[in-house]
Amino acid sequence: MSENADRISFASRIRQMLLSPTVGPFIALLVASLFFTTQTDRFLSGSNISLIFQQSGWIAVLAIGQTLIILTAGIDLSNGAVMTLGSVFMVSLAVNNGVNPYLAILIGLLITVGFGLLNGLLVTQLRLPPFIVTLGTLNVAFALTLIYTVETVVAPTELAFFGQTFKIGGTTITYGTVAMLILFLVIWFILRETAFGRHIYAIGNNPEAARLTGIRTDRLLIAVYSLAGLIYGFAGLLLIGRTGVGDPYAGQTANLDSITAVVLGGTSLFGGRGNVLGTLVGSLIVGVFRNGLQLMGIPSIFQVLITGILVILAVSVDQLSQRNKG
Amino acid sequence: MDGAKQIPVLEAHGLVKHYGHITALDNTDFEVYAGEVLAVIGDNGAGKSTLIKILSGAVVPDKGEIHLNGQHIHFTSPIHARKAGIETVYQNLAVAPALSITENLFLGREIRRPGFMGSVLRMLDKKMMHKQAEGFMSDLKFRIPSVTQAVETLSGGQAQGVAVARSAAFASIVVIMDEPMAALGVKESGMVIDLIRKIRDRGLPIVLISHNMPHVFELADRIHIQRLGQRVAVIKPSEYSMSDAVAIMTGAMEARQPTS
Amino acid sequence: MFSNRVKKFALVTAVILGVLANFGIQTPLKAQSPILIGLITKTETNPFFVKMREGAQSVADKLGAKLITASGKFDTDNDSQVTAIENMISAGVKGILLVPANSKAIVPSIKKARDAGVLVIALDTPPDPVDSADALFATDNFKAGQLIGQYAKTAFGDKKATIATLDLLPGISVSELRRNGFFDGFGIKKDDPSIVCSGDSEGNQTKGQTVMENCLTKSPDINLVYTLNEPAAAGAYAALDKAGKVKDVMIVSVDGGCTPGVEYVISGKIAATSQQYPLKMAALGVEAVVKFAQDGTKPSGYTDTGVTLLSVKPLNGIVSQGAVFGVQNCWGTPTDGELDAAMKADAAAGIQPPTPEATMAATMAATTAP
Repeated sequence: MSENADRISFASRIRQMLLSPTVGPFIALLVASLFFTTQTDRFLSGSNISLIFQQSGWIAVLAIGQTLIILTAGIDLSNGAVMTLGSVFMVSLAVNNGVNPYLAILIGLLITVGFGLLNGLLVTQLRLPPFIVTLGTLNVAFALTLIYTVETVVAPTELAFFGQTFKIGGTTITYGTVAMLILFLVIWFILRETAFGRHIYAIGNNPEAARLTGIRTDRLLIAVYSLAGLIYGFAGLLLIGRTGVGDPYAGQTANLDSITAVVLGGTSLFGGRGNVLGTLVGSLIVGVFRNGLQLMGIPSIFQVLITGILVILAVSVDQLSQRNKG
Repeated sequence: MDGAKQIPVLEAHGLVKHYGHITALDNTDFEVYAGEVLAVIGDNGAGKSTLIKILSGAVVPDKGEIHLNGQHIHFTSPIHARKAGIETVYQNLAVAPALSITENLFLGREIRRPGFMGSVLRMLDKKMMHKQAEGFMSDLKFRIPSVTQAVETLSGGQAQGVAVARSAAFASIVVIMDEPMAALGVKESGMVIDLIRKIRDRGLPIVLISHNMPHVFELADRIHIQRLGQRVAVIKPSEYSMSDAVAIMTGAMEARQPTS
Repeated sequence: MFSNRVKKFALVTAVILGVLANFGIQTPLKAQSPILIGLITKTETNPFFVKMREGAQSVADKLGAKLITASGKFDTDNDSQVTAIENMISAGVKGILLVPANSKAIVPSIKKARDAGVLVIALDTPPDPVDSADALFATDNFKAGQLIGQYAKTAFGDKKATIATLDLLPGISVSELRRNGFFDGFGIKKDDPSIVCSGDSEGNQTKGQTVMENCLTKSPDINLVYTLNEPAAAGAYAALDKAGKVKDVMIVSVDGGCTPGVEYVISGKIAATSQQYPLKMAALGVEAVVKFAQDGTKPSGYTDTGVTLLSVKPLNGIVSQGAVFGVQNCWGTPTDGELDAAMKADAAAGIQPPTPEATMAATMAATTAP
């Protein structure tokens, strides 16, 4: 007999939560944090934790956009380069061309959304694999950035506001961290509670089924890529807030770092499974390891090694659980 | 059915469709009445799938007319046909395995919460959808532990059953099923066959395309036989044998009675 | 209660951490506090930085300090350096030795460190503005370029030069300084018509070869190649070799690494190179931080860690050292027999063995490195 939906038991809800793909990564994050706490007394302090959030923040936001695209069974290699292009334009227009800083921000965001739209159109209209398309736009964006300028320009305060801080108790927190957390919640809400969000999962899980039920898959994908582009512009603002400059050389490995965060968070590269809070956990795992290892005095090359092992592990767990299902 | 002449729920007359030099349909007629299972059989190239695509709105015929409950209608897209009350079930599972039964049932037609939450925040009314989903399933006496579980946790037959239940839930005129059991084993098919009967018993007619003669003879009230782009016969399974039906289909035999 | 995937993930994480814990046990940071020094380079893998790290490590070991290192993921990775500085401040370093990936962008982080009482010394590459760090220990990269420019000018005399330049990447200060120094030493301006081709080699051999090949296609009569470092020079040589032009073209470079640099000088493939001393930079840096930790003395200003012109084809009027000096002072590991080959080459060119004073001046702290 089917359960009455009104009375899904508390135990059953807990069970369903534990089966969520985010649980494993979250436990890994807790275990890692506990470990570093025992190894050095400088890890578990308000300021150090706040630091980890700041350090992981802009990649985590890039990874939000990446999560949306990976959920549709796509992938975006261009996100770092697009973010950099947008942020460089924002800063240079404001400083070198005297454009109003807020208008400059808007123009930068239009650029990143534009690239997202371009990716979406190429994927849906030309039916090219997202890997190839975004590999192309990656190079285009990177080149355009350096053609525009090779100079690093110091950003005016209006553009660097995400780097400004406030205190809670004795801990300094940046507005960027708060904005990042709010963005995670907004996207989590959209993915969970709206038709748009559920359709993203459907397209990634079985695009043909989505199409046959009347979902306009092309429109949806274009919307997802464009939304991701907007999010990348936002990540650029976070980076400007953190470093205080528009740097045309920034973010060259950020595409892979964002994919790492998504995978470590338990989202499946095959699409249709996972959630964006997992991506936050994945970003924090990387940040915790990097920070903790540095505090322990272990050379940073080991952080790279460990991240690699964790990624292989996360993908294998995902693969094996795919095989167990019908 | 015998008795007073009824208006067909869905009827097509003189359908013609060419693809370049190939004639897929050469003056085909079609009717289905309320409360029956009409099987459509025919060899490859007979025009079955073109006929079905025209009826479900996926293809526009070159010539011919379609009537829905006596009214002339022209489908511009599959969505248009769906809105008119025609639902289609496909051979390959048109379900998203990672999503729940409820989500699959309501895919593309989700219900939003009333008021501000629904219109501005675009929030889905999950409770309502779960409740209705349970209703659909129990109407069809389709037993599953919970509508919140993912479709991939079901057997193949149950999963296809969800697709069938979806079409039954939303169809108001007719359900078209294109080889729904082709990907299923014998036992699994039994599940779907039961569902089809229950849907018919509730008054909704079903157009069933199938290559599987035992299924056809088990389920159909009438059998539409398509050959070389035309309807060559409509027979009752009680009056012919399976081998006769196959013979008519391949042209080795003519139907004894005129088309009804 | 927990699914298999959860168990697997947590298990392997625990194993990894267990392994890591051993590192922690061997060097207990909590027990007693040796002087903690941070060293941040541009990348992990560039041999220049590998040697710098090794040099710093051995001096730190001798002085009883603990070195913690970090680097960027790519040559211009500013964000990783920002993160490294933050984490090192958290870890409680007394001083940070930094090779800035982006001279402008790193300035706020340097300020953060200095405000927290941490001594910051820039190595090899100056920040912009240069006085944002406490001190700079670096090669005079402009001078390095000048020396090879002057050498080339003397070698060419009145002969017409058709010049190709192999640079690093646009906008990188080290690369610009060397290049401008070369032009200055050679006596020409940046837009002189004798410069027929320029390309970005990214400082590696493969890309250097590609740039040189394309330059030769464009201007087959190139007879002088300035390269910003020796891997690029090696690439240029490979391209010239394939084109059968090695006899007609002079290659000059900067760096003075044991391989390929001094090796190529010995065989004459590189006519002249300016040798710099990363081990010296690192050693001086570590010593300065230790001194600061002990008595609060801060270094300041710019300390020239020296640059020496090397060649086995000495010219009148140009001060240079020979191959033996080069091998003795090179950074990296000389190959077996490199010293012997150097002695032969010097003898053939009539170059005297280096004087003890010259060696001292150049190697001061380098002799304290392995």
